[in-house]
Amino acid sequence: MKKEMLTGNTAAAWGARLAEVDYIPAFPITPQTEIIETLSDWISEGDMRTRFVTLDSEHSMITAAGAASATGVRVFTATSSQGLMYGFEMLYTVAGWRVPLVMINVARGLSSPITLGPDHNDILAARDTGFLQIHCENCQEVLDSVLMAYRVAEDEKVLLPALVNLDGFYLSFTREPVEVPDIDSVRRFLPSYEPSHAFFRADQPMAQGVAVLGGAYYSYFKYQMHLASQQALGVYKEACREFEKEFGRKYDTIEQYRLDDAEYVLVMINSFSTLGKAAVNRAREQGIKAGLLRPRLLRPFPEEDIRNALKGKKRVAVVDQNISVGKGGILFSELASCLYNEKHRPLLMSFIGGLGGKNISHEEFAFIFDQLIKGEEAEVETPHLLYTQHEWEEMQKLKEIAGRV
Amino acid sequence: MITEQIKSIKDLPLEENMFSGTPACAGCGGLLTLRHCLKMLGEKVVIVNAAGCFTLLSIYPFTPFRSSWLYTAMACAPAGAQGVRDALDILLEKGKIDPDENLKVVVLTGDGSAYDMGLSSTSGAIYRNLDFYYICYDNEAYGNTGFQESGSTPFASRTKTTSAGKEFAKKDLFEIWNSHKPPYLATISPAYPVDLANKFKKAEQYKGPKLFISLIPCPPGWSTDPSHTFKLAKLAVDTGVWALKESISGEVEHTVVPKKFKPVEDYLKEQGRFSHLFKPVRNEETLGKIQEMVNEYWKRYGILL
Ligand code: SF4
Repeated sequence: MKKEMLTGNTAAAWGARLAEVDYIPAFPITPQTEIIETLSDWISEGDMRTRFVTLDSEHSMITAAGAASATGVRVFTATSSQGLMYGFEMLYTVAGWRVPLVMINVARGLSSPITLGPDHNDILAARDTGFLQIHCENCQEVLDSVLMAYRVAEDEKVLLPALVNLDGFYLSFTREPVEVPDIDSVRRFLPSYEPSHAFFRADQPMAQGVAVLGGAYYSYFKYQMHLASQQALGVYKEACREFEKEFGRKYDTIEQYRLDDAEYVLVMINSFSTLGKAAVNRAREQGIKAGLLRPRLLRPFPEEDIRNALKGKKRVAVVDQNISVGKGGILFSELASCLYNEKHRPLLMSFIGGLGGKNISHEEFAFIFDQLIKGEEAEVETPHLLYTQHEWEEMQKLKEIAGRV
Repeated sequence: MITEQIKSIKDLPLEENMFSGTPACAGCGGLLTLRHCLKMLGEKVVIVNAAGCFTLLSIYPFTPFRSSWLYTAMACAPAGAQGVRDALDILLEKGKIDPDENLKVVVLTGDGSAYDMGLSSTSGAIYRNLDFYYICYDNEAYGNTGFQESGSTPFASRTKTTSAGKEFAKKDLFEIWNSHKPPYLATISPAYPVDLANKFKKAEQYKGPKLFISLIPCPPGWSTDPSHTFKLAKLAVDTGVWALKESISGEVEHTVVPKKFKPVEDYLKEQGRFSHLFKPVRNEETLGKIQEMVNEYWKRYGILL
């Protein structure tokens, strides 16, 4: 095992390289381009024996990825933001084909206004498609999650495609020391893909993705996907155990940070949860019993683990880096529905921060803890958009320059 | 390249690779085309389908094909073909499958996808020189949604979204594709099965995109009698409306040229979608214009003087 300084993007590329993927259909979009450029270089230099094809759009790219997977090869691809949206129709389609491809999404805000900074509206829009979703906080986790994603997706009990998500800019271009495992241990953890369920061969004609006429049949197939995704929870946990045995790093469906004795909890995902952890540390220094819960797996949603982790907690702030326009934070809704049937459930508060990559400052975290401590007495609207006075003033200035105040 | 030509309909392969009992409309010209195409392609085929009438040929748990089938979506069957072809090549290269297990990859789509939504993914596949067959059954409108205008709808045709008749001419898909200079490109007709069969025989020798567009009568959309399908498909060719041709690496040649062109009116007057040109009064101007458009086409090739 060697350590290298890798960006989130190149860590993702290493994941694909170590998984010895057969096929990479590609289409560029910022900030994921570094992933496919790196892979393309490796392939042309002979470091990888993989077929690399540039497609005419993400819609075509996801289709080609799914079709190749359905023919029985291991497929990797990557996209981001508008690209994910452009291929959106095919997310449902290839998930319905039950093919275990792995796709990286480098999270980025959605147009319009068009922007480059990250938030999670792109990836969370895909949460109902049938793709499994793993969300990463750091570069090491990106590499590891690609390997785990194949392991889970290809399991006969699952057979669903997977998305691995990392934040644009904050993680895609952050360089960190990453342990790059040796290929033999990877092969032990993730043997080559030998599908038995469905593929196209001359002696075995098969119709795949055929029409069903009638809701009863349609419901049947859709529910099968749901059950498969539920199965993935167990398969994932098993994969975590074996991953730890092979590589020594421990993962779970959720990460609990200083949560044991915590009373006030932040719920955050992705690289911004690093900011959240720092805020927890600061709060602890001030004697606040703070902690953080980071769901790593969002589909399937690890409901039981989340319920257990939040048992006995006083108050929970969900910090959503997304906005469901007309409703609020998506993760907040997920948490609320997860805890609704609990007899003693914590008070839940909803904050929205980090949209389009907007920083979440110390003061804003302090404000969140302040509100958590006030609890029922707090007088903030919910969801509450985190926005500093300074940012407000900056915005006023821009509006003046634009000339329509 | 010289290939042995089929001379008569009696020489067509006897085996059927598509069985009867499909849910397509009675008298569907597309089905007749597909039947002939599959006779020529054989049974080692995977059909990659885009949304269209023929999506409903395979309805769970039934399929009328001897071969494999993958339904994709409306815009992306050529990209699906890319994935299947590439995966098969990878498996062959790695020795993971026997060459006997290889398949011809065939895209099957209606004009709605071919002329409109799927045009960009088709262009991509041609440009990448993907080794595949592409069959478009062109009934000149969105058929299974009830006959609305598509990029292929011809001038003056009535559809559910052009009730007074379409304003502009149909897209010239043949020329759009031809500008990519694919190794093989042809128009075909279910009324000329020998011509169709020979084109598939010829195409077989080329690696790369092999594209076929078939003008097909559609009884419910065209408001024609299902028993007139063959006659109408033939009239389309004999009046010069549907030029049977092929192009090899961009060089166009006509394969069937009527000895004497029949008046276009003979073809139009049979169809409900053009009935407004005849009733309640004859629309001489439009009829004249349609004839002129057909003449123009053939004059360009020096075939009509
Ligand atoms: S609508 Fe027309 S093209 Fe479609 S199946 Fe019926 S006859 Fe064939």
